[in-house]
Amino acid sequence: MRKFKWSNLYLILVFVILYVPIAYLILYSFSKGDAMNHYHGFTWAHYAALFADTRMIQIVIDTLLLALLSSLIATTIGTLGALAIHRTSRPFVKNTVLSLNNILMVSPDVIIGASFLIFYTALKIPLGFGSVLMSHIAFSIPIVVLMVLPKLQEMRQSMLDAARDLGSTNAQILSRVVVPFITPGILSGFFMAFTYSLDDFAVTFFVTGNGFSTLAVEIYARARQGISLEINALSGVMFVFALLLVIGYYFIQQSSQTRKAKHKAESEAKLNEATH
Amino acid sequence: MKRLISLVVAILVAVAGLALWSAHLQKSQGATGDNTLNLYNWGDYIDPALITKFEKQTGYHVNYETFDSNEAMYTKIKQGGTDYDLTVPSEYMIEKMKKANMLIPLDKSKLTGLKNMSPDVMDRSFDPGNRYSIPYFWGTLGIIYNDKFVHAGEIQHWNDLWKPQYHDNIMLVDSARDILGFSLVSLGKSMNTTDAPTLQAAKGKLDELAPNVKAVVADEIKMYMAENEAAIAVDWSGEAADMMAENAHLHYVVPSEGSNLWFDNLVIPKTAKHFKAIYAFLNFMMTPKNAAQNAEYVGYSTPNQAALKLLPKAVQNDQQFYPSEAIIRRSEVYQDLDPAVVGMYNDLFLEFKMYRK
Amino acid sequence: MKKNGTSMAFYVPYGLWLALFVIAPVILIIYQSFFDINGHLTLANYQTYFSSGTYILMTFNSVWYAFLITVVTLLISYPTAYLLHYTKHKQLWLLLIILPTWINLLLKAYAFIGIFSQNGGINTFLGMLGIAPKQFLFTDFSFIFVASYIEIPFMILPIFNGIEELNESFVNASRDLGAKWWQTFTKVIWPLTISGVKSGVQAVFIPSLSLFMLTRLIGGNRVITLGTAIEEHFLVTMNWGMGSTIGVVLIVAMVIIMFLTGERKKRGRRA
Repeated sequence: MRKFKWSNLYLILVFVILYVPIAYLILYSFSKGDAMNHYHGFTWAHYAALFADTRMIQIVIDTLLLALLSSLIATTIGTLGALAIHRTSRPFVKNTVLSLNNILMVSPDVIIGASFLIFYTALKIPLGFGSVLMSHIAFSIPIVVLMVLPKLQEMRQSMLDAARDLGSTNAQILSRVVVPFITPGILSGFFMAFTYSLDDFAVTFFVTGNGFSTLAVEIYARARQGISLEINALSGVMFVFALLLVIGYYFIQQSSQTRKAKHKAESEAKLNEATH
Repeated sequence: MKRLISLVVAILVAVAGLALWSAHLQKSQGATGDNTLNLYNWGDYIDPALITKFEKQTGYHVNYETFDSNEAMYTKIKQGGTDYDLTVPSEYMIEKMKKANMLIPLDKSKLTGLKNMSPDVMDRSFDPGNRYSIPYFWGTLGIIYNDKFVHAGEIQHWNDLWKPQYHDNIMLVDSARDILGFSLVSLGKSMNTTDAPTLQAAKGKLDELAPNVKAVVADEIKMYMAENEAAIAVDWSGEAADMMAENAHLHYVVPSEGSNLWFDNLVIPKTAKHFKAIYAFLNFMMTPKNAAQNAEYVGYSTPNQAALKLLPKAVQNDQQFYPSEAIIRRSEVYQDLDPAVVGMYNDLFLEFKMYRK
Repeated sequence: MKKNGTSMAFYVPYGLWLALFVIAPVILIIYQSFFDINGHLTLANYQTYFSSGTYILMTFNSVWYAFLITVVTLLISYPTAYLLHYTKHKQLWLLLIILPTWINLLLKAYAFIGIFSQNGGINTFLGMLGIAPKQFLFTDFSFIFVASYIEIPFMILPIFNGIEELNESFVNASRDLGAKWWQTFTKVIWPLTISGVKSGVQAVFIPSLSLFMLTRLIGGNRVITLGTAIEEHFLVTMNWGMGSTIGVVLIVAMVIIMFLTGERKKRGRRA
């Protein structure tokens, strides 16, 4: 029992460390001062300023829209790519493709941003939402591949053989065996892509135009003037919203899964009876 | 598989909802294309209330896009694909943009507020006769000290920074021109020095400062000084004003032997399209009342004489941010140096940063 | 699986992406690396890189700190992922590990400045214990701490997915056969979760090589990495040639690492 407690303590510690800076940010969103130092007493003023700031709200909406859409598309392309790499049997080709895959991860954002900008202007692609979306998809794909590929490698050949012996077509194997097996990897890839998109500043800066802006660009551009606590208030709101979304999603999924599990257990029991 | 599909559908629904909301907001802000003004500026570098006022007064819609460094802005405008009407580069960048043929000359006949500007900030070397630019804010490079750790009057000159008592107590702003610049001034040389031996000497003197240097940082220096993390910092007056608003123990000194004078000026880049809106905006911002309101919001020194008179007496007489004629005369404005020389400044500064400890 | 017509769907989108957004920019970067600051075609950038001690030291710094960050992140993440696996509501806890990454990096860095500063939370706490204020900021400790903080979720996620696949019966069998806890770990658990660890290490080490910003914000420019240098060449000196040269070196270094750690034999045998 004692060991059990220690392990819980460790997890609690990890979570505390992960959340301390965020608690700090949110605490200061209620401070009467102008910056993140010397707490000056409680106020709602920064939240009021935030909700009156239409430009900021517009930026937040655009940022979320961009992050969701780009990570969805990147996850799709990345997963297909991981399947393609997995099918390659020659190690040299595989290593080469994986190296190419990781280039965007190892290159600093300024290089990526500058080269994408040159690329778009050379092809006369207008700068704005479209160019930013393409860039976000582009730099999110590698992380998706990195998350999905190990799951594919864990998959046992015997499983696929069994499915084929049972007469499944390739499409069926893919949708009934492979995809369910790699789903955790796909979801991780999606979340990581979402994170990449939300956090990117340099690439977005270079390829944006036409009045389109994201939250990260706005925050970095404000650094010279000092980031106002309105941004803290915004982070607080977004954080609480995401928290509720995550918890809500989890419990909805939980309840549907227990139902399914019950269902499955029942049918298995029936099957057992039948075979005995 | 089913779970994945339902997730995808949920995300697509969310995306569609956000897109509708975004389009609705865009419409409600009155952006229709022709009556807009695309302003490309530093983040939070204008009072948002003034933008609203301008929109109400003139009916133009202001698109406010932001950048975080002169060089990044230069790259964007040079590369094309954008249609910015106005931007706010610093002085050396104006010279660079002029050389690259990226600016449109001002039509003075359409400007009404130029007479409000202080003669100190007009007709400077980077833009003789102000053919291309109108001052927006200006300032100096100087020393910030915390009176908890440093007595008033203890630091008056650049050379005071080298005193051994400030061991591990000075923060420098991460800018090659400025840091090598004050080292040059302390040697009695020009901040626009281009010859290698003099620069080497300045770097050598800077190496002697290394034991006193606690960190080389950028925008976050404001937070550090407000948090009493160091006793002394070398930074620009604008940043100093921001941190002094946070911490009453901080003071700003411009060394009397001279310093750097910097300017952020409004210019019209070649990408501009909406000229009526541009001149309406320039005249709006030069109106003393508006310029004063903007100076109060941003906290930097205004180049607008008439606006300065509208600001509180304490601000007008503040030697820290409106230094005497004598100091201004002794200070230098950065010239746009040859790329090879800029490279030399940066290499020397990089070496200074790499090998201190 | 047999290859057939539908398999085109796997190759085309990903291949297009590789061609347009990876290979094309890389060619552009290589092309630029042969130009000096005045736009003359030259090999001088490479010469500067390999002959100046500054850049060699910088390369060493980058690899060394990326290594430290990866090790620290792994040491914290592996037990976390392992313990998470045995909690109730593990999926929820996992999502809660990702959540902090959605807050802007710059803001979190500013929060850390507040926490670690002379007047900050930790020093106030130490003050209550009677320990004099300590210098945290601008030390290796704070730099690696904050960098690891940023990277932890990227490590936990793949490791967690690896552990999820762990067949509990192997672990039990090993225990039943009288293996000590440590033996079970090194002989059974670790080999079976290695693929998750590998993708976690890649997801952390590779981006850490080009880390910038934090080296200045939290490290006070005491350590300068290749990422910082590239940033400066692109945004301060505007010497894109030199910046691209460092970029090329980084890419080559990454490719070498990939080939060294990558798959060699056909269908590597499963441990």
